[in-house]
Amino acid sequence: MYRYDEFDHAFVKARVAQFRDQVTRRLDGEITEDQFKPLRLMNGVYLQLHAYMLRIAIPYGTLASRQMRVLAHIARTYDKGYGHFTTRQNLQFHWPALTDIPQILEDLASVEMHCIQTSGNCIRNVTADHFAGAAADEVADPRPYAEILRQWSSVHPEFSYLPRKFKIAVTGAERDRAAIQVHDIGLHLKRNEQGELGFAVYVGGGLGRTPMVAKKIRDFLPEQDLLSYTTAILRVYNLHGRRDNKYKARIKILVHETGTVELTAQVEKEFAALRDSELKLPDADIRAIQAYFAPPVLPARPEGDAVIAAAVADKGFATWLRRNLHTHKNSDYASVTISLKGIGEVPGDITADQMDAVADIAERYAFDEIRVSHEQNLVLPHVARADLKAVYDRLVEIGLATSNAGLVTDIIACPGLDYCALANARSIPVAQEISRRFAAQEKQDEIGDLKVKISGCINACGHHHVGHIGILGVEKKGTELYQITLGGSGDEHTAIGEIIGRGFTADEIADAVETIVETYLSLRHDKSETFLAAYRRLGAAPFKEALYGSEAKAA
Amino acid sequence: MKKILTANRLSDGEAVWLAADHSWVERIDDAEVACSEEAREKLERAGKAAFLKNEVVDVELIDVELVDGKIWPIRLRERIRAAGPTIHPELGKQARRPVPVAA
Repeated sequence: MYRYDEFDHAFVKARVAQFRDQVTRRLDGEITEDQFKPLRLMNGVYLQLHAYMLRIAIPYGTLASRQMRVLAHIARTYDKGYGHFTTRQNLQFHWPALTDIPQILEDLASVEMHCIQTSGNCIRNVTADHFAGAAADEVADPRPYAEILRQWSSVHPEFSYLPRKFKIAVTGAERDRAAIQVHDIGLHLKRNEQGELGFAVYVGGGLGRTPMVAKKIRDFLPEQDLLSYTTAILRVYNLHGRRDNKYKARIKILVHETGTVELTAQVEKEFAALRDSELKLPDADIRAIQAYFAPPVLPARPEGDAVIAAAVADKGFATWLRRNLHTHKNSDYASVTISLKGIGEVPGDITADQMDAVADIAERYAFDEIRVSHEQNLVLPHVARADLKAVYDRLVEIGLATSNAGLVTDIIACPGLDYCALANARSIPVAQEISRRFAAQEKQDEIGDLKVKISGCINACGHHHVGHIGILGVEKKGTELYQITLGGSGDEHTAIGEIIGRGFTADEIADAVETIVETYLSLRHDKSETFLAAYRRLGAAPFKEALYGSEAKAA
Repeated sequence: MKKILTANRLSDGEAVWLAADHSWVERIDDAEVACSEEAREKLERAGKAAFLKNEVVDVELIDVELVDGKIWPIRLRERIRAAGPTIHPELGKQARRPVPVAA
């Protein structure tokens, strides 16, 4: 993985010292809250309902064991013994004191981590496929390009005060596991007919108040033009993006209001002027960054099949194998999903002890690599199939062997009103209740692939718009009300879910989800027809009928 | 409508309320309840002063009722601030002493 060079070390260290000084001056009253707030946000420090919240960047979701151990140390020393992985592959601590944050940043810097640009109207943490560098279906590892973008965008003088925040995602496979079409810029790394690497470029996707699927504005951008083209897009956005209205300030609105053809023309014009500038990536630089991401040397481990065959009598292990593995490029290996969605637990939460244990497992069995997925799980990208039983047994010991990757209980949920100052309703208790309703493994397996995503406000951190079943919490007359959308998806066939009808109270919402699932089970052709496929065939009508009965007919 | 004044403490972000003696308290039960326009203005003035003295941030008057003599915020958000996350009864203020269930 990427290792900081001298410049990176000095840069992050200087930023820690700077923020330490800013915190001291704030506490001494030398600077006001109005002056301090933008400074703390630039360092990932929010103020929420009960305390400050610190958001730590995990670039493209890649972590080494030593980094995970420092996160565990921070959780134990400065927080309340746990952390929360987010839908942007980051980690949040929900209880740090402002007075401790400079020291936390220093601890993070010791393992090449920071909180820079995890908030504010700048280019945020660049996300990528969590199976990058391992997936069998990958054309090339997207992370070197994400790293190039990270370096280029870090305190970029021209793009530090954009009209609004800006999120970039990169995937290296046809199968989109990074939800690139709901990002401000989505990059799909691929090869052209000549075998050269480049990107399909998508612009203007996003969720929130006005969900939009991104528009493809380039079918193939040569890799060396990555920064010049991205700069061109950001220049057009920075110049024309709306600053008069926060809710209309994202690039998706600009794309929508300008029209894709006109916007593309503007971008191409900027690009023509930049193409042969110093932004053109020298081949040697790309290869140098790629070298950091060279996959580990994977020794031949052909005994995997035999080891697995001897162990599948363990029913739990067999189920876990079926659900939580992803096909690796090397047939002796697999990528493992560590579910952070134990039945009835808080999606994305992990204790300090579990962090340490995952670090140990990664070190011993997974070449020291851990990934964070945007679905709020962890991934061990390279595990010998022969070691799967050992890994599973250790995950069982620490309570992280839930076999539900991609199933109905593998729910994405934002922190919601239990923590967040922006939320209107709670998300986590809804996720917990649905999880308990569908706790039985047989039932979940019978239902098959189903993505449930829950947000506690319209900002949509829980990605509800692209949930097969999406749930949005709102506040109505002082109580929580939950609106359901159906048919969304965040993959290569991205679609925004449709609102199905009136909302449900906190007491009703889990019943409503059960009704939807039962309706699907009764109407699907057979088990091979997934919920999403069935919904696309059937439309909303039978689900409305099941949820609202005669009310639906009258409407 | 009855009001109390709430804020977060600058140094650690802890949710606090203004008491009758103008100190910031960590228990909502100890907050000063304003029942008149005059009392509300007094709370606001005290809040502004505390903000300027860098004791607290995000100062806000919130609506409350008195239920059996106890302060009951109208909004769920404020009830959760007063207790802690509903998903973690072992964390936050509710863990320190019994607080009415937030939801």
